[in-house]
Amino acid sequence: MNTMAPDAFDVSVARIADRPVKLDVQELDFYYGKTHSLKGVSIPFAEKAVTALIGPSGCGKSTLLRTLNRMYALYPGQRATGKIILDGEDILRPGVNLSMLRARIGMVFQKPTPFPMSIYDNVAFGVRLYESLSKAEMDARVEESLRRAALWDEVKDQLPASGLGLSGGQQQRLCVARGIAVKPEILLLDEPTSALDPISSAKLEETVTQLKADYTIVIVTHNLQQAARVSNYTGFMYLGELVEFGATDEMFTKPATKRASDYITGRFG
Amino acid sequence: MAVSAARIATRRFSNSAFVAFCYFVTAIALVFLAAVLWTLILKGVAGMSPDIFTMDTPPAGSRGGLRNAVVGSAMLCALAMAIALVVGILAGTWLAEYAGDSRYGSAVRFINDILLSAPSILIGLFIWYLLVANVFHHFTGYAGSVALALIAVPVIARTTEDVLRLQPTSLRESGVALGTPFWTVIRTILWRASTGGILTGALLAFSRISGETAPLLFTALNNQYLSSMNEQVANLPVVMFNDALSAYDDLQRLAWAAALIVSTAVLGVIIVARILTREQRSS
Repeated sequence: MNTMAPDAFDVSVARIADRPVKLDVQELDFYYGKTHSLKGVSIPFAEKAVTALIGPSGCGKSTLLRTLNRMYALYPGQRATGKIILDGEDILRPGVNLSMLRARIGMVFQKPTPFPMSIYDNVAFGVRLYESLSKAEMDARVEESLRRAALWDEVKDQLPASGLGLSGGQQQRLCVARGIAVKPEILLLDEPTSALDPISSAKLEETVTQLKADYTIVIVTHNLQQAARVSNYTGFMYLGELVEFGATDEMFTKPATKRASDYITGRFG
Repeated sequence: MAVSAARIATRRFSNSAFVAFCYFVTAIALVFLAAVLWTLILKGVAGMSPDIFTMDTPPAGSRGGLRNAVVGSAMLCALAMAIALVVGILAGTWLAEYAGDSRYGSAVRFINDILLSAPSILIGLFIWYLLVANVFHHFTGYAGSVALALIAVPVIARTTEDVLRLQPTSLRESGVALGTPFWTVIRTILWRASTGGILTGALLAFSRISGETAPLLFTALNNQYLSSMNEQVANLPVVMFNDALSAYDDLQRLAWAAALIVSTAVLGVIIVARILTREQRSS
């Protein structure tokens, strides 16, 4: 195949040169029952960096995200083949302890999902599953997590109040705090700002930008400006395939494929 | 084209006619409800006396109260609800979270729906044959509680399944995403989010069994004194049934008092539970 043709970006050579790879997806296929929704996707996720997944609706970006913590395993009939290497270990192989895996890979969803309990307990919930901390240690962990999620100042006086009473944007940051409280290595964000107003979105983006110093972050987003603002790398997906992958500034200034170029310039999608 | 004034007038008329009809039908229902309540309160209060809660059910013509029946009903319902809550919530949870569309799940759901509308006298007969005739060999409160539980279980299972299904998938997934085992997600997140609905189901079940007479006639029967659960146990519905049909005025008065006590107890429990869940939600 002519690699110079505008629509023939060779994603198999898409590697990351400047950072170590934390999570390496290799030849991943995914099936919802008989529907083949990811086709031979190979994509590296760099350590302590933000990788954005963009593409039109139904292109498979959320599906890809849900394979990374094996969320799909909840549902019979959904299966993945290929390899996803996390720190040298394939997390798709049978026998992987899913609870331990998900403790290492946090996830924040499109709609805020606070648990029906106090703000404090929301953040402490995951921690209590894995660690037995003293009251003081737990207090410190809750505060640290809420601070990192840029929510502490707004809720520090109402920690015993229900998490359901917060605004949508606050609830979403509460979910981020809950996710990072268990000290995961990777954070998956599935369109985390699509249900939020612009100010809340800006705050959440701010949070993501601060978190990337310590976490490997994968964010699925429909908002291209957001992808351009927060991410180091971008993967463009279309119809279940990874069409193009590269450093975000290059992808947005001189995309290698016509599809990605059309999508980024708003000609389709 | 102009708007037709005649059309608007017709539509307005049919609209008000329909609204008026709705009001009328609601009024009919309310009139009967009010009549029942009014009679109940009037006759029930007349039947009340200090003896009601201090003396046991009397033979006709002598002083007496409902102490044994009140205590008996409380024991029967408490044990029945304890059994029904455990079985009903677990069954409802299984149906909502694990059964899915499996054949076994559909069968259980179908049978549960049948049980939901099974005549209570049939359940009484079944438990009589199962426990009274073949296990205990005498009438006993335990059999009564099991019969009442069997009536309450399908109600609780059904409402539990329904409210759990209302919880968004993302709530389950965000629990699982933290590395929580699914069973822990159910216990600590889903049940808590569904407390109000499950409680409503439990209250429906409680109000249903607290007035049930037929199953108790076959199982706990009745008694003239305070008794343990392993004997015949006096209870308000059967006392009501017997005394209301008796020819004696004093026994009939006692039956009305019993009816008032049952209704007040159900109403009281519902109000208290509503207040409790409201406080929990607003906190």
